[in-house]
Amino acid sequence: MDILSNLAMGFEIAASPYTLLLAIIGAFVGTIIGALPGLGPSNGVALLIPISFSMGLDAISALVLLTSVYYGAMYGGRISSILLNIPGDEPAMMTTLDGYPMAKQGKAAEALVVSGVASFVGAFLATIGLMIFAPYLARVAFKFGPAEYFALYMLAFCTLGGIGSNNQAKAALAAAIGLALAMIGMDKTTGMPRFTFGELHLMDGIDFLVAIVGLFAVAEIFLFIESHGKDSAIGVKLGKILVPWKMLRQTSGAMLRGTGIGFLAGVLPGAGASLGSFLAYMAEKSVARDKSTFGKGNPKGVAAPEAGNNAAAGGALVPMLTLGVPGSGTTAVLLALLLTLNITPGPLLFTERPEVVWSLIASLLIANVVLLLMNVPMVKVFVHILSVPAWILLPGVTMIAFVGIYSLTGSSFDMLMMVGFGVLGYIMRKLDIPTVPVILGILLGNAMEDNLRRAMVLSNGDWTYLFSSPIAIGLWIAAILGFVAPIFLRRVLKKPALPETDPTLNED
Amino acid sequence: MKNWTCAAIAALMMSAALPAVAEECIAPANPGGGWDFTCRQIGQIMTELGIVPNLVQVTNLAGAGGGVAFTQVVSNRGDDPALFVAASSATTTRLAQNAFAGATADQVRWVGSIGGDPGVIVVAKDSPFQTLGDLVEAVKADPSKVAFAGGSAVGGFDHLKVLMMLDKAGFTEARQVKYIGLDGGADAITQTVGGFAQAMTGDLSEITGFIKSGDVRPIAVLSDERVAGFDDAPTAKEQGVDITAMNWRGIYVPKDITDEQYQKWVDTLKQVGESEQWKAVMVENGLEPYDLYGAEFETFVAENIAEIQEISKEIGLLQ
Repeated sequence: MDILSNLAMGFEIAASPYTLLLAIIGAFVGTIIGALPGLGPSNGVALLIPISFSMGLDAISALVLLTSVYYGAMYGGRISSILLNIPGDEPAMMTTLDGYPMAKQGKAAEALVVSGVASFVGAFLATIGLMIFAPYLARVAFKFGPAEYFALYMLAFCTLGGIGSNNQAKAALAAAIGLALAMIGMDKTTGMPRFTFGELHLMDGIDFLVAIVGLFAVAEIFLFIESHGKDSAIGVKLGKILVPWKMLRQTSGAMLRGTGIGFLAGVLPGAGASLGSFLAYMAEKSVARDKSTFGKGNPKGVAAPEAGNNAAAGGALVPMLTLGVPGSGTTAVLLALLLTLNITPGPLLFTERPEVVWSLIASLLIANVVLLLMNVPMVKVFVHILSVPAWILLPGVTMIAFVGIYSLTGSSFDMLMMVGFGVLGYIMRKLDIPTVPVILGILLGNAMEDNLRRAMVLSNGDWTYLFSSPIAIGLWIAAILGFVAPIFLRRVLKKPALPETDPTLNED
Repeated sequence: MKNWTCAAIAALMMSAALPAVAEECIAPANPGGGWDFTCRQIGQIMTELGIVPNLVQVTNLAGAGGGVAFTQVVSNRGDDPALFVAASSATTTRLAQNAFAGATADQVRWVGSIGGDPGVIVVAKDSPFQTLGDLVEAVKADPSKVAFAGGSAVGGFDHLKVLMMLDKAGFTEARQVKYIGLDGGADAITQTVGGFAQAMTGDLSEITGFIKSGDVRPIAVLSDERVAGFDDAPTAKEQGVDITAMNWRGIYVPKDITDEQYQKWVDTLKQVGESEQWKAVMVENGLEPYDLYGAEFETFVAENIAEIQEISKEIGLLQ
């Protein structure tokens, strides 16, 4: 019962009124940051680091504040995904696929409640997972070499077909655009710049935040201008918030599966929350009996990725705390914070600074409960922020997008690039090509290529190295199944009377 | 990770509210890294020692591994006497490899170095290699059997450490050395502990936790003498390979300031480097003394760049 006594110690430190207040403030600010398009968890945490220093917070208080902002932003991202069809942050991308259609069908309230509860389940279980498994899971990272990572990314791409579009070829085209864009920048394996045209700003490659904000927010603004501002930004009415118990019961399986997948994806360094929510969504779609309703407002398609991305947020803390390897962009920012606080994450953190680790875990649990309360009964507060008239909201979103992107590098180059992505996104929307695969291509393409080439260096060019471990083989089999299975299944299922049937939930 | 600049912006907004600042330090990377650290520490000590009456403003200008900041200083701020920029071996490495869009090292003035992070070569705890000699012999016998992992891209400082070490040990076939570049030292460590790479190079400060936990074993520290706190870790020199590879921490200033202004920067940096505060900072952060100032430092930079260019040609990074 070592864990319980440690946890008691953590709560003793974390449960002071002052720290609780910080957790509440952090959760509130985090949810707003997450809900605003363009501002994601990593920007939010990064913005608050200097503020926490200037407030003179000690190490534990600063950690409590910033991790509750982190979790809060993960919760908040879903709000604009569902109501505006603009992901509040990149892991909330998958939530747009079913969340927005649900909202359009007048089920915005249900979507928000289901996703809020899913976020809670994911984050809460992941925090418990972090507590129990952290010391062991750190060892999992040692089992993943270049071949295993390559197979993992392969799995992601193989299951990608058909995301957010009815046309697999269009999804593949979009993924190819993303992969091509990922090639820009310094090639790690040769140290040579590629496709930079001598432009220094392209040396580090294209920042995926620039791409996301451009493809989603800026493209949305273009569409809005085209419609002369007739359509409201929030094309959906939000009724009274009732807890749809039936829907929650029906999606509970999706939440638990999403949590498991998300947590594991979070633990793997470099995979992160986006991959977590993506894999959770794809897995849910493949086990569901009502596949055809995915992408048209199936609540499971909201529950799984939300549970997945919040679980991944907890999972990403495992390698960050135990190995000093950040599992996502946000944990990289948190890592920088820990280092400045003179806490060196690594194999010794759990034994040398237990009070830091356990009060962090305790505060995560507290923040989660606070967030559940804020995001389900009080979700209207945040909706109000987003439900100002479109002619105010969209210029505001534009401004935040530009300021947010400018703050990344302080160069106007990225802002121009973002507008370029906006034009691309607009054209793609007009051609009904999904934009999510582009982001995934940019996000995962580099890591996938680097790992393939590392594997080739290590094996002196022997490609059988890619299938040399049980983990890699397992991932390859899953990838092949993920790619082939839909083709056969489609034949078996053969168009189950598509649009007329309202995507009701009474599938079983 | 680029998002750290957000923090910089916020920090900037806050520092803007403080009394007017005269001196400015550009950290060519996001907050949290080595260059940011150099700027903040030097700036703070300058204020504490009373060299400057007010605070030193730190500007984070990330991009192209320092290239964005370098070209900006050269083209826009060439005669600004109140500006200094943080630099390290990564800066000279990239300059040597012409990675700053044609900019060269003589377009700025190199002030000095006030500390260094010693390079280190580690192996997994169950590795058969006990000494640097074992590792070098294994590479000589069959370079395809020994893969090195490091936290920088091919041609980066971690890669060069391996090549320079092997060169000094008598293995000159640089192109045959297997090296995989990862995102930072911690990533490289996990690959080595997992047995995917046989050895890892990095800076001592980023490996400290893994050495203390026993996951990895240092077989050579690339400094002149053994490092305090790591007294069991032998240097490469002791083992007959004459190499030091310190990731030095220093600064450069714009080219077109007057000689008096340049000398003032040299004196200021010397004062900071010799202060008690800086010594305490070095101990806390695993840095070793590595002092070079003024003309001496400019010579060091020139030699360093020539050496890196030679190796880069051997591995085909430069024509």
